[in-house]
Amino acid sequence: MNWQVIVQSLLFGIFVGGLYGLAAVGLSLVFGVMKMLNVAHGELLMLGGYVTFWFFSLYHIDPFLSLVPSAFVLFLIGMGLYKGLFSPLAKLQEEVKIKNSLLIGFGLSLVFHNLAIRLWTADERSVSVLYSGWGFSLFGLRFPFIRFSGLLLATIVIIALQQFLTKTYFGKAIRATTENWESAALMGINIEKTSMISFALGATLAGMAGTIVSVGYAIHPAMGLEWTLKALIVVVLAGLGNVGGAFVAGVLLGAVESVSTLFVGPYMEVVGLVIFLLVLELRPQGLFGKSIG
Amino acid sequence: MLEIERINVSYGDLQALWDISFEIEKGEIVALIGPNGAGKTTTLKTITGLLKPYAGETRFQGLAMDRIPIHKRVEMGISLVPEGRGLFPGMSVLENLELGAFTAKGRNCKDETLEQVYELFPILKNRKKQAAGTLSGGEQQMLAIGRGLMSKPKLLLFDEPSWGLSPLLSKIIYEVIGQINHSAVTILLIEQNVRMALELAHRAYVVENGRIVKQGDSRNMLNDPHIREAYLGTESV
Repeated sequence: MNWQVIVQSLLFGIFVGGLYGLAAVGLSLVFGVMKMLNVAHGELLMLGGYVTFWFFSLYHIDPFLSLVPSAFVLFLIGMGLYKGLFSPLAKLQEEVKIKNSLLIGFGLSLVFHNLAIRLWTADERSVSVLYSGWGFSLFGLRFPFIRFSGLLLATIVIIALQQFLTKTYFGKAIRATTENWESAALMGINIEKTSMISFALGATLAGMAGTIVSVGYAIHPAMGLEWTLKALIVVVLAGLGNVGGAFVAGVLLGAVESVSTLFVGPYMEVVGLVIFLLVLELRPQGLFGKSIG
Repeated sequence: MLEIERINVSYGDLQALWDISFEIEKGEIVALIGPNGAGKTTTLKTITGLLKPYAGETRFQGLAMDRIPIHKRVEMGISLVPEGRGLFPGMSVLENLELGAFTAKGRNCKDETLEQVYELFPILKNRKKQAAGTLSGGEQQMLAIGRGLMSKPKLLLFDEPSWGLSPLLSKIIYEVIGQINHSAVTILLIEQNVRMALELAHRAYVVENGRIVKQGDSRNMLNDPHIREAYLGTESV
């Protein structure tokens, strides 16, 4: 095996890892603000993918352009899900709240999964655009245009989110609610509204990731669980509430998985889970998290 | 300014407040004193809206508040410096202060209020970029008070402002509370350090087992045999 093969798969790992990061950031945002774990996060990502697929097949809208409508649709779905299902949990005690959010999430993921089979069949779909095959080579390494743009877009979205959270008043309100919701309420922050927007933003981020996945990779009704799992691993790796960290951890996981494929073949998923367990055991606050206490 | 009328609050089956009534006039400093678990913090949380009474009425400037959510009460002019400070530890000192001015009223005069807070606590200006969690205990209390002022409150509630502070720092904090009162902010204070609270306050209420058992001028309280024995650790003379 020569170095070029290794570096090439490292590169592909980084491309997909950016999407892990994007998926994880949404999950982390929702957990941080509401202390609820939305295990249907991967299904929201799938929905984003199908929205893009629809816009492309029915209206011939370029998938990268459909990032905007797909984000908008998922924002609305997120608001609806929050209002209808998650908001009644907000008043519960923390432990009861997280358990109930898991139940709702698992239920939702079953519903979305089966709904997707009904609506779009169980076939794998992918948006194949004219420029699918484009790319360039550098130092003998292949840079496919769509995957490269996917990573670039994911990076831009993460930077924009980071700016929103640190520079705007509403973003600061989201961070404050994550740190101490009682104090946040005492500052005059409307916790219900902040939670709803955060949940919708989480869905939006999942939807954007889904859009990018539908172009460079494939979408199918059963993909949700797999993506939820990836997002969870990344959140644990990065430590909660750390947007930049989640992105870096996502890239790291993608790279490790991809390179390990060369050595352990189909067991590469296990490598991710082993890292997950090791980090939980040795550094429970995450690679980039602040130490607890 | 604030009228509390026969409020009853319970945590599930456990009743914490029984028919608590008291009032605060504009410009006053009023202290609630009493042992741990008497219901003092519960009373403050009820005034801010974090807890809802199942019976009784709360009025602020003549307006019934029972249906008004927490975040609207801040806008109306009620601000709490919470027990244990309740800072946002991972955010910077400046961000904590900015969040204090989250309401429309606070945001309108944010820069001006910020200058006033820095004048009151110059150390906060030097530390403005630092994460709040890295401050010393005294600095954290200063930040919590500064943050409470950022919303331009008419009524400022203090929950144990001397908690975890050295006697010297407590004294400084109490001097500042006095200064804040001079700038036309009404103050309600709960405190373990009864002597300090009574020396600063104009009036006081004693809360025991969720009920108000005594009220009056704080100077008279300092000489009250029951208070002296139970809270000041001195035999009556």
